[in-house]
Order: sequence, then C-alpha cells, then structure tokens
Amino acid sequence: MAYSDKVIDHYSNPRNVGTLDKSKASVGTGLVGAPECGDVMRLQIEVDENQIITDAKFKTFGCGSAIASSSLATEWLKGKSVDEALAIDNMAIVEELALPPVKIHCSVLAEDAIKSAINDYRVKNGLPALELAKTHH
Amino acid sequence: MPYMTNMFGNAASRNHAFGWQAEEAVDYARDQIAALINCSPKEIIFTSGATESDNLAIKGVFEMYASKGNHIITATTEHKAVLDTCKHIEKIGGKVTYLQVNAEGLIDLNELENAITDKTILISIMYANNEVGVIQPIREISAIAKKHGILFFTDGTQAVGKIPVDVEADGIDLMAFSAHKMYGPKGVGALYVRRKNPRVKVTAQMDGGGHERGMRSGTLNVPGIVGLGKAAELAKQDMESDNARISAMRDRLERELTTIEESYVNGSREHRLPHVSNISFKYVEGEGLMMGVKDLAVSSGSACTSASLEPSYVLKALGLSDDLAHSSLRFGLSRFTKDEEIDYAINHVKEAVAKLRELSPLWEMFKEGIDLTTIEWSEH
Repeated sequence: MAYSDKVIDHYSNPRNVGTLDKSKASVGTGLVGAPECGDVMRLQIEVDENQIITDAKFKTFGCGSAIASSSLATEWLKGKSVDEALAIDNMAIVEELALPPVKIHCSVLAEDAIKSAINDYRVKNGLPALELAKTHH
Repeated sequence: MPYMTNMFGNAASRNHAFGWQAEEAVDYARDQIAALINCSPKEIIFTSGATESDNLAIKGVFEMYASKGNHIITATTEHKAVLDTCKHIEKIGGKVTYLQVNAEGLIDLNELENAITDKTILISIMYANNEVGVIQPIREISAIAKKHGILFFTDGTQAVGKIPVDVEADGIDLMAFSAHKMYGPKGVGALYVRRKNPRVKVTAQMDGGGHERGMRSGTLNVPGIVGLGKAAELAKQDMESDNARISAMRDRLERELTTIEESYVNGSREHRLPHVSNISFKYVEGEGLMMGVKDLAVSSGSACTSASLEPSYVLKALGLSDDLAHSSLRFGLSRFTKDEEIDYAINHVKEAVAKLRELSPLWEMFKEGIDLTTIEWSEH
C-alpha cells in the first residue's frame, strides 16, 4: 500500500512527540486503543485559564497512519479553544492525510484521543465529563 | 524465453512438430523436477501454483477416497490455501481435525496419532511454515500415516528448492509446490502424486481434455513449466552452498537484532528453514516498523492493512499474545542477499525500533515499570 506524502512526512518527522505532566490540573490525558489491536494513542493537552490549548503532545504505538493521525491532531490542537478542539472530526484527518478506507480507524482513534483528553481535563477541573457521540470502529 | 516468443506449440498436440517441441520441453522440465525431489517424472502434475495444488490434493483425495472415509487431519498453522480448502471440505460433509502446535510451532506426534479415526483418509501437514520457517517432523508424520494406511499430503511450497526434500525417504504421498518460491516464474507449480506404494489418485477438480494423466485438465503453461524445471535444476545444484551462506547471514542478522532489548525470535530455531527469521520487537507495531525500513523486503504479522485488525494466526497459534504478534517482522533472505545488505538491515532495523520506541506510549510505560496488563484498554 502506498502512503501519502503527508503520512510519510508526519511519520518521518512526527510533531510534538512527548509527555506532559499528567498530575497537573491544567493537563488532560487521553489514552485510547489497545495493544492487542495494534494501536495505542496517548494524547495530552495543556489548557490555560482562557480555555485555550497551549500545548499538545502525543505518543503512539501503531502503524504509520496512526502515528500521522495523532501527530496531525497535536498540530491542529495547539492554539485552539477546548470547544474548537471538540469540533475536530475524524473525516477532516482522513482528508488531510489522504487515508485509504482501511486506515480510517486511525483517524477515529485520534478523534477519540482528543475527546478523551478533553474529558480528562474537564473532570480534573470539576466539570462533568461530556457525553461523547459514539464513534464507529 | 523462446517458448513465449517463437515456439508456439501446444504440448498436448501430438500430431505436429510444433507440439512435439513443446512436449519435449515439458518432459525435460518434468525430469528436472523429478531429480530435485527424487520421484518419477510421471508423478508430477503441473498446475497454476501451490494454491491450486493444495486444492487438487485435498479435494481430489476427499472425492477419490470417499468410500474409505471423510476425515482429514491438518494443523492450525497451515497456509490459507490448505485451511480454506479444509473449510470447504467441512461444508460438503467432511470432518477436519486442526492440530495445535507448541511454542516452537511444531505439531505433537501423539496428538496426531490420537486424532486418527477409522474414517481418516488424509493427513495434511506443511513441510515448512511460510511465516516462521519451522520445519515439521515430516518423516515421523509419514511413518504414522503409513502405519494407519492413511495418505500423507504436504504443502512443500516453502521447502522444495530450499532444503533437501526426498519424497521417497520422507514418505510423502502427495506434495504441493510452486516455482516462484525457488526463484522461478510466478503462476506455475506442481503436485507430486505417488504412483506406487501406494498408487495414489486424485479426482480432477477441472474437467476437460484429460491432461496430466486425467488429474488436471487444461493446456500446459509451457514457458512457466520450462522455468520451473530450470529453477529446480539450479536449486538442486546450488542448494547446499547457497544454504551454508544464507543461514550464516540469517544467523548474524538474528544475533545482532536480538541484542535489541525486548526482542524475541518466534518459532523453533533448530527445526527451521535456513533463510527465514521472524522476530518480535516488543512495544513497536510491525506495520509502523515496516514503514521505517521500507527498502527492506520484510513482512509483518500485524495485519493492520486488513479491516479485521487481527494479527497473524500463525504467531497466535504459537502462543504469542496479540500485542507480540502485532510487533513481529519476518525477514526472508535469498541466494541474492549480500553481506552488505545484512549490515544495512541490521542498522536500519535498530534505528527504526529505537525511533519508534521513543514514540511508543507502551515503551514509556514499560520503562516506568507499569504492568501493561493492569491497564484497562478501551474497546476498539
């Protein structure tokens, strides 16, 4: 299978790889997927007092498309408000990275990771977790 | 090549010279192949490849020996061409026993013998496995088959032309193989069918002109067969020296790559083809790793490209957990592999594993001493 240039670029030069201090109240962590499925994404956001995402980091165990999807997600998250981040749709990732149908689940996982990180941040700060629309796997 | 460009004869056309020429070429190939596996040229049935040969052997025996019984014994690590054919047999009223393998990838001979019933007509166990290279105890299996008067078929695709295969000494009744696994052309293969002690017959799976002693109708693929014959001749001639060199390179590759922390060789190292190595690099996903070493001809047990997300059924049958199966790479060497290429592979795989582990949340957790089995992973 041929990978798109953008997938190759994110795979070769992943953006925002790393770890934020998950004990901080301003940091939300999303850990989605499972090792036995061959995909695990950890996506973290740091949110300031104005609900703006000032930093985002990821680590991913998975194929090139999974790595690229999460790398792209961190790029998109930085500078966005939490509400704007919630609106990121997996199909936008599919389109940007030109993912083939068999790799759509990688983008779904990235969307799940974003929402999971936001919920972690909300719960830590006394807000109720959002009921997230069920995504398809 | 002349059989593709200016020698157009049909090997089955016995009434003109063009046909004779083609028939002569086919007969010569039959001799070359017979010499490789120590059989009579008359025992070779040409097919389109090992998949067709597997189908012809299993379905053909099932039909031909229906009055004797309807039970077939095979193993869980067989190639899909065998497993799916066995599933078909079950659909049309046959019974199939799928033997488990141990952590080395080998079947248990006692289990094999215990699985035999008075309805068993065929034992179908591959010579060597395509993913891990493990070689089954063929002579012991054939001895059991003989003792119980059961036919023994082996999918020899990975073994023929790579290691010495002798249908007499090995006690094989039927054997499938293909040309392209021994450096020959694609789309051509053969089925060995024993003619005496015992005389084996298979019911044709394609009706037509009664070619190949009535077992496989269809005009012969003369250029392909000539290629298969030549490949067999070269394999016989070069196998020993090739293998000494190839296995030394494979061992070096494996020795170097297993210096990587948390890496594991899959399958028996003792009973194994000389050119195959299957290694799991824990906490790195195989397909992601393949992308990092994309100029190497490797494959992964992580079938992330398939919609199922299921990792290799062969590695799972060896008892590997799903996550280790997802982390595997299969290295295949050939007579054309050079030492410099092994150096290149060693360096690139080491680099890619290190890089991907930096990216891997699982590696980070492992390094922090977190037991990954205690984590509640999300459904996926």
